Amino acid sequence: MTRKGPEILIYGIGNPGRQDDALGILLAEKIEQWAAELCYSFITVEQCYQLNIEDAELISHYDLVIFLDASVKEEITDISIERVTPHLKTDFNMHSVTPAFVAGLSENIYSRIPEIFQLHIKASKFNFMEPLTGEAAENLDRAFIHLKEFIIAWLARKKSGTS
Amino acid sequence: MGQKITIEPVTRVEGHGKVTIHLDNQGKVVQTRLHIVEFRGFERFVQGRPYWEAPVLVQRLCGICPVSHHLAAAKALDVIVGAGTGEGLTPTGEKMRRLMHYGQIFQSHSLHFFHLASPDLLFGIDADPLKRNVIALALENKDLAVQGVMMRKFGQEIIAATAGKKIHGTGAIPGGINKHLSVEDKERFLKGKDPMNINAMIEWSQAALDFFHEYHKKNKNVIDQFIEFPSSYLSLVRKDGALDLYHGVLRAKDSEGNIILHDIDYQDYLKYIDEEVRSWSYMKFPYLKELGKSSGWYTVGPLARLNNADFIDTPLAQKEFEKFKDYSGGKIDHHSMHSHWARLIEILHSAEKMKELLNDKDLMEGELVTKGQKQSEGVGLIEAPRGTLFHHYKVNEHDQIEMCNLIVSTTNNNQPMNEAVNQVAVKMMTGKEEITEAMMNAVEVAIRAYDPCLSCATHALGQMPLEISLYKGDALIDKKRS
Repeated sequence: MTRKGPEILIYGIGNPGRQDDALGILLAEKIEQWAAELCYSFITVEQCYQLNIEDAELISHYDLVIFLDASVKEEITDISIERVTPHLKTDFNMHSVTPAFVAGLSENIYSRIPEIFQLHIKASKFNFMEPLTGEAAENLDRAFIHLKEFIIAWLARKKSGTS
Repeated sequence: MGQKITIEPVTRVEGHGKVTIHLDNQGKVVQTRLHIVEFRGFERFVQGRPYWEAPVLVQRLCGICPVSHHLAAAKALDVIVGAGTGEGLTPTGEKMRRLMHYGQIFQSHSLHFFHLASPDLLFGIDADPLKRNVIALALENKDLAVQGVMMRKFGQEIIAATAGKKIHGTGAIPGGINKHLSVEDKERFLKGKDPMNINAMIEWSQAALDFFHEYHKKNKNVIDQFIEFPSSYLSLVRKDGALDLYHGVLRAKDSEGNIILHDIDYQDYLKYIDEEVRSWSYMKFPYLKELGKSSGWYTVGPLARLNNADFIDTPLAQKEFEKFKDYSGGKIDHHSMHSHWARLIEILHSAEKMKELLNDKDLMEGELVTKGQKQSEGVGLIEAPRGTLFHHYKVNEHDQIEMCNLIVSTTNNNQPMNEAVNQVAVKMMTGKEEITEAMMNAVEVAIRAYDPCLSCATHALGQMPLEISLYKGDALIDKKRS
């Protein structure tokens, strides 16, 4: 990769056929369209059902990575963004892994780790259907606004050298 | 008063599984059960939907092997659109699907061996769980960890190039495929910068087998003695008896190696196979009707496929197959840990097959779809990474699906996994007063040999800690959560 400036990876996670589980994927699609409209070629958008070990190689090429995922955490009311800290603890399902695990693997195998955040979007139902619940759809709109602002602020910090 | 030990959920196994082991007053194992929470609602969900949607819809079932469901559904619908079974497709249609499938087998088996099984082998079953994982593997043997990552990535890229996209691929359609392979993709896979090309993948597949052979020599107690029990085996084989992961006839052998299901057309599977419901498990127990519920159960997956096949039609994998067969004196191999060996041979076979296909001009040109006289019913079978996968559909005059029956690989392996868990429990827990981490992990290692996928495909719900409960009679006397 020939670098002219910071490279950003936006990574939507989820199964778009399982109702609110699609939140991460739908937000990734919105961001992809937004980035295309603004000609932000430094933003790459990827999607997956579940993170896995090969994502350790993928993230090692970027400066900022933001994972987008549906969440059922009680403490999250609508959206929440948090910094991901690499850890060495294995997850139960090695068929799928957490962002923290991917970060840890990238650090150990590729000796490179970008700034990583995870945007949690509150979800409620996971039935075999496509439309989001009304609550999740509202959270998706909030998440889209928040994520755009977050990216712009991060770029500004990068440009001013304050991050 | 007896004891009941619960291990829940099983670590490094997809989805939610729970193991209960009942001990009597003398500390003898009297009952072992693997309980699995599995969604059965999907078969109802597709009812009423247009049949051509099925190959895309079924991928919602599983985030682990959506390609297998995609292809099994497409194969069933080939029959419904009058394209016949595997042989009825155009060369391009069949070969593109095969490339997609070998990509899936390659990436899934690589993940299993390098990142689920190898930590157990390298560090030992009784090692500290904090060490017995892929991060520790990366610290101890970085090359092995990197190879696992890149082999999985290569397989995923083959899938994306043939299925169209990573999620809900649309490549396979009733009667064929919807695109050719691009010249750019072909060149990239054949001649890409090292290591992302097929020659490097073949080399690494061989290196993984070398690693296994070396390990096997030094650790026969783990590989040859950990679990062994008699079983029947079921799989597809090519009509001439060759290993075939995409299409063929259905063969079963009994524990002595006698053929008990004689290369039947899988459209007739219901004549030979039934499923039993047991009150304590959400997952059904398939069995061969002729042998009955109690003795008709069978194993599917890599070990079953190598037990049933007469030969492999790629040279490097055939050499390894010969070593594999020689090791058991040509007899049926019942060692569950030899599944890892069989899986590695299939990785090499898939890599060789991918190379053969990438050099085939039919992928870049030719008719994509076959049509014929529409039928109302079709069955699609495929050898998914974990074993034989059945998709069966009936459609009405309005082209809507009115019946769907799925028997997934992990369901086929339900009884063998229970047998494996029981054997480990008897061996390691009889007469023991304390349940150690090593004992717990041994149970999990036994299950992992089958690479079960218990996924409900909803990752947000799939995250849960390990919970271990210890009962004396009905009383809970200890509970641990990791």
